[in-house]
Amino acid sequence: MSNARFATIALLAGVLLIVGAQWIQNDYFFNAAYTVLMYVILSTAWNILGGYTGYVNFGTAGFFALGVYSSIVLWKAFHPPLAVMIVVGTLVAALAGVGLGYLTMRLRGHFFAIATLALAIMLFTFVTNWDYAGGARGAYVIVPREVPFGFARYIRYLFSVMVLLSVASIVVARVVERSRLGRGLAAIRDDELAAECAGVPTLKLKLISTALSGGMMGLAGTTFPFFISFVEPVGAFDLRYAVNAIAMPVIGGMTTWLGPLIGAVLLGTVQQLVQVTISSAWNLLIVGLLLVGFVTMAPEGIMGWVFAWRRRRARRS
Amino acid sequence: MNDLLHVQGLTKRFGGFVALDRVDLQVAPGERLGLIGPNGSGKSTLVNCVSGLLRTEEGQVSFDGHDISSLPAHQRIQRGIARSFQIPKPFASVSVLDNLCVPLLYATGHREGSHRPSEAQVRSQAIAILDSVGLAQRADEMSSGLTQVDMRKLELARAIAARPLLLIADEAMAGLSSSEVDEILQLLLQMKARGIAVIMIEHIMRAVMQFSERVVVLVAGHKVADGNPHEVIANPDVQKAYLGE
Repeated sequence: MSNARFATIALLAGVLLIVGAQWIQNDYFFNAAYTVLMYVILSTAWNILGGYTGYVNFGTAGFFALGVYSSIVLWKAFHPPLAVMIVVGTLVAALAGVGLGYLTMRLRGHFFAIATLALAIMLFTFVTNWDYAGGARGAYVIVPREVPFGFARYIRYLFSVMVLLSVASIVVARVVERSRLGRGLAAIRDDELAAECAGVPTLKLKLISTALSGGMMGLAGTTFPFFISFVEPVGAFDLRYAVNAIAMPVIGGMTTWLGPLIGAVLLGTVQQLVQVTISSAWNLLIVGLLLVGFVTMAPEGIMGWVFAWRRRRARRS
Repeated sequence: MNDLLHVQGLTKRFGGFVALDRVDLQVAPGERLGLIGPNGSGKSTLVNCVSGLLRTEEGQVSFDGHDISSLPAHQRIQRGIARSFQIPKPFASVSVLDNLCVPLLYATGHREGSHRPSEAQVRSQAIAILDSVGLAQRADEMSSGLTQVDMRKLELARAIAARPLLLIADEAMAGLSSSEVDEILQLLLQMKARGIAVIMIEHIMRAVMQFSERVVVLVAGHKVADGNPHEVIANPDVQKAYLGE
């Protein structure tokens, strides 16, 4: 399937989802769905660097929070339209991605992962001490009274925006995966020296990858202040985001765009169900158990099963 | 200056250890050069300096008339210096065919203008190269599942795919059986027909003598001999380095 065709189908599916969801009466559905979609974007973003390029990023929360706080600061200063905040937050996080890539260009494996964690902690410290953005006390964002485009409630509008952003993220991930860039990233993942010696400009490609991945993580955060209406640093930098952004692609499968999507929908939905039926404290335990289960029994995730099944079928015929 | 590769006064230090000490090396277009020396004599370091994986302290590396001393490795292969690794480094998560697509997409464009080959062209070129090294049957297999000798062939195929002018084969035969050594040797001998100069680094003297038009000997970072293979191995300095006094 060509990229244009895939993008069209994905957009149509998104629009159908938005329109179809308007028949749902219960507003709680939109709250839950917003969170799941946020994880779709976060895990798709993580997978571009972690899955395609082979660099494990523990700093997802840092990039996410950059998106969140860009919106807060912009909102306090100018009250711009949501689209402006989405674009600016994404660019800020992408720039941070380039910075991270540039500073850590010689680090690999555990060392890179530690550096990303350090970046998140640094940003956390900075934001905690930044009074204008609310500092440690946090910041209130008053959701606009008028809901654009005739949606019944603001959360329905936010949900629709998240659907479109998810579609965009997935399309970007798929385009990257099948492009010359994607082949270069896969070569870096498999063996960086061999990639460089096969003509791949590894530093440049790693910077593109960290920028794309970081930018998309920021993207997932840009609408968050309007979803939650009160943001404080501990919440915005929660380790939960980093853990989920890793766990979801691992469970779904890291080599294709479909893996993070499956992982995020599956794990995100389970977490939302557990949150209302048992308790929110159980969430991370469930993530941990699933992660251990998949790493030991299906290291290539759900998509790994699918590929193995396809290979078996191809051999039989 | 008609040399394809011209290395002058190359020095490489690791801390206080001098791995290469003012080494000079010339390779003519299409030439078959054997590079030998005891373990730790600096052969692999020299390869890494020429292919761009290591930065050198002093000296100059020129290729095809241009100074390339400050270029990173990916630009050197784009100009035509390809190498294989002593321990094969396949792109293990993709198929044998896809391994070749990487240099076909990234290493060849530089010399052919901005025109980028289509996916179908890349595939057919990759299959042609796999066919020439005898790996066409394995095109769709995962590269991690190959045997040692096939892995070496893949290394060479990936280097050929970059359409180089110079191929540096770093111990492409180590650990192979006698008949497998002959297979790889045949492949390397065919490079001349493609117009590719080859630097063969090897410990298997039978292969070196059969292959080389000229032999260079490195001992402890110094070049001690350079010339006709039979004269070089008769050289007392070379015999001393290998056998002791």
